[in-house]
Amino acid sequence: MSDLADLSIAEARDGLRKGDFSAVDLTNAAIYRAAVTESHLHAYLTLDQEGARDAARKADADLADGVDHGPLQGIPLAVKDNMTTRGIETTAGSKILSGYVPPYNATIIDKLHDGGAVLMGKTNLDEFAMGSSTENSAFGPTRNPWNTDRVPGGSSGGSAAAVSVGSAFGAFGSDTGGSIRQPASLCGLVGVKPTYGLVSRYGLIAFASSLDQIGPFARSVRDAATLLESVAGFDIRDATSYRGERPAISSHLDAGVKGMKIGIVAELTGEGIDAEVNDACRAMYNKLSDAGAELVEMSLPATEYALSAYYLIAPAEASANLARFDGVRYGLRVDGETTEDMMSKTRAEGFGPEVIRRILLGTYALSAGYYDAFYGQAQKVRTLLRNDFASAYEKVDALVSPTSPTTAFAIGEKTADPLSMYLSDVCTIASNLGGDPSGSVPIGLDGDGLPIGFQVMAPALHEAQLFRLAAEVERLAGFDARPALATSEVKPA
Amino acid sequence: MTDWEAVIGIETHVELQTKSKMFCGCAVNFGAEPNTTVCPVCLALPGALPVPNHEAIEGILRIGAAFGCELVEDSLFHRKNYFYPDLPKNYQISQYDVPLCINGHLDIDVEGDEVTIGITRVHMEEDTGKSIHSSDSGRIHGADYSLLDFNRSGVPLVEIVSEPDIHSPEQAREYAAELQRVVRTLGVSDVRLEEGSVRFDANISVRPVGQKEFGTRAEVKNMNSLRSLQRAVAFEIERQIGVLEAGGVIVLETRHWDEGTGTTSSMRSKEESADYRYFQEPDLVPLHVDDAWRKRVFASLPELPAARRSRLVASGIDHQAAATLGEVADLAALFDAAVELGADGTAVANWLTGDVVAYLRRNEVELEETSLAPEHLCELAGMVADATLSSTAAKDVLGYVLAGEGTPAQVAAAHDLSQISDAGALEAEVDRVLAGNPDVLEKLRQGDMKPIGFVVGQVMKATRGKADPQLVSDLIRSKAGAS
Repeated sequence: MSDLADLSIAEARDGLRKGDFSAVDLTNAAIYRAAVTESHLHAYLTLDQEGARDAARKADADLADGVDHGPLQGIPLAVKDNMTTRGIETTAGSKILSGYVPPYNATIIDKLHDGGAVLMGKTNLDEFAMGSSTENSAFGPTRNPWNTDRVPGGSSGGSAAAVSVGSAFGAFGSDTGGSIRQPASLCGLVGVKPTYGLVSRYGLIAFASSLDQIGPFARSVRDAATLLESVAGFDIRDATSYRGERPAISSHLDAGVKGMKIGIVAELTGEGIDAEVNDACRAMYNKLSDAGAELVEMSLPATEYALSAYYLIAPAEASANLARFDGVRYGLRVDGETTEDMMSKTRAEGFGPEVIRRILLGTYALSAGYYDAFYGQAQKVRTLLRNDFASAYEKVDALVSPTSPTTAFAIGEKTADPLSMYLSDVCTIASNLGGDPSGSVPIGLDGDGLPIGFQVMAPALHEAQLFRLAAEVERLAGFDARPALATSEVKPA
Repeated sequence: MTDWEAVIGIETHVELQTKSKMFCGCAVNFGAEPNTTVCPVCLALPGALPVPNHEAIEGILRIGAAFGCELVEDSLFHRKNYFYPDLPKNYQISQYDVPLCINGHLDIDVEGDEVTIGITRVHMEEDTGKSIHSSDSGRIHGADYSLLDFNRSGVPLVEIVSEPDIHSPEQAREYAAELQRVVRTLGVSDVRLEEGSVRFDANISVRPVGQKEFGTRAEVKNMNSLRSLQRAVAFEIERQIGVLEAGGVIVLETRHWDEGTGTTSSMRSKEESADYRYFQEPDLVPLHVDDAWRKRVFASLPELPAARRSRLVASGIDHQAAATLGEVADLAALFDAAVELGADGTAVANWLTGDVVAYLRRNEVELEETSLAPEHLCELAGMVADATLSSTAAKDVLGYVLAGEGTPAQVAAAHDLSQISDAGALEAEVDRVLAGNPDVLEKLRQGDMKPIGFVVGQVMKATRGKADPQLVSDLIRSKAGAS
């Protein structure tokens, strides 16, 4: 008999309403799965068993009273530890926030509570979401459930590992340059970065404000759509939040791709992409074509400069966003001779090397005399890239590419070489700079048994289109493998 | 000897008295206990985001419109980055290359010389918290510890930057004074220098008369009154001329005005000052002010002080009274209403700018806290005109009315202040005074009319100001001639 922890959100929702099991049962199953896998993975920074069980009991009681809060009621979910939770430690994976307990909830947390969801805990991440492997966490890395010698991707690696292994039914991460899609790809999950502004950033600890976007991890496209629908929408507390009607998301999941025009991003095929990944993606292009889509190769010339532009814009914004961590009001404080000395020592001690590298890079890019050559130039590339996307979307309905140039790499493999680590984001970054929605869908395993992700992209606010294509990719791939760790039979390490 | 010309530009910061802060819902309340009007946004807790305050934007647009600025349709917010403990985000949200209001002006009148001072820009930003240092001096040097109060953090702040069109300490003072009058008239801030709701910083340089290039400037801060602004500017001009005439050079720096010593001293050199690394605030979208909004702002402006002064002078009010009425919006409104009801403008202007202003100052109350109404002023003017009240008694009546004792007729009756115009009663008083002062009577009889004022005064005193002075004077003359 299949374990409750392996159910999809849709199955769990239906079973709850039929009385097959309770939310407490679901929650216990996820907690048990965490109990046997956490020592292998370290997906969670905080596992809130007590809070989760309380929420589950509340969900059961409400259901018994006929109070239905929607599809997430009683579903155990995890959130990345860069979203503030009232009364629950929130660290952003950084020593500088170790022990910090926020007095307020991020908007997404309030929405999950309102929807009756069960919050399992806070998942591990690269410090301040800066990284592509979750190795930059101040609290130790998360491991890939498919092979614990490999990274789960990053920066939302904890959320990906938890959903992949079943210690959460779904999860939320944040994506600044690929931090949802790349770990989804490396862990064999569906991961979506929605249109910028669709999900409120209020309470998301900022990395790069103009790029950060919260989105879901799930084991199916339908579950991902359900998760996104539950948290999307205008928020008066986020001035960059999209003010219009929330776009349709799951309205065309079964519509197929017949007649859809799909562009293959020319710059993201071939060179720099692992051959097995390339081949798997090519096979999917053919399947989509067979399914009635019209596939054409599209060039987005500015993509070539996207990575460079990203590594100026994101650090520049981060250099200001992280200025507030100064030891004055909260978090770590290292005493010093003067206020300046205290701030300086606190930051030197509290931030890890990658965070310091990016703060320095960003500070430099914004400095007088360098602004035009670096930050100013990067903004121009961003405009060019947006133009590239706009003209592409005049000709096609969606774009596709690999999500990650490689499958999961070994722990420690790229930590000594930041540039090679940065290249992990080469396929995903353009969507953040453009602000358009983008997702990753698993399409198979490589020779080492590691998942391969397929990236789908659509114009801003065309989530329905994105999910329609993703659902077809999912059907065509028929990917139903699960990692060996995704069983309650496994013994804690 | 070189003749020197001073070139001065003034940066003004005005705290807006909005209900809530610039980017969060916290109350703007300067009297609150420390750190009680704070929230995740103005404390810069991780994850908090700013949302602009519509009321503050309306306030700055009114200021910009009052200076005849162009109101920019899509202005931008930027981050100004610097580390300071009372700046919780360690950047200030401000405006940089595309501010809300540009290209305005303020016309000032310094002893009859009319000068137009250009306003380069008016932009929106947020205030910092306050550091309270434990040292005796209140400055950070020598302090064992410092306390932080974030109640002021995020209060809407408007910065008004003038062109370097100011050329004397007197002009600097009048620019600041007129700016205060305008902002006060708009009702968006009480602009009190002593309380810090307005702050003036002066950028000062000197150059030989006729030279086009600017000299090196120094920025002078910490002036807590209009008088100290004028003194600081005067001192700094003289200091710079002294340095240059002695063959020295002026350093680009920020200088601190010391009220006690009446001097400025160097705070920090501008070369050492921070590179603020301005970049567009990614948490905010461009601030869109559409045409309809801009038109509405211009249409809703009240009569500004300069226009009010011109109108009053044109209606025959003297310059001094017109200036006072021009300064205080509610006095002017009271004046207008009383004149509308038919009161004599000169009399009302004199009462308002003399007795009423003095009363308010003496009792430390605002006009709106008194029960003085335009009807009272009209009635009072009528009582003087028909000789029911002497002008002296009228002032007393006004005092009782201000104190809320009733209408002029009621208080005149209650305090028995109506003028005595009964010749019989007054003649007895005149006789009594003359009888007590035979030498005076003798002079008057000899045709020396100088002591007449003395006698009138004595009679007024005896009647507690109620005698009709003209009638008394006539009686004395007839007594002198009759003998």
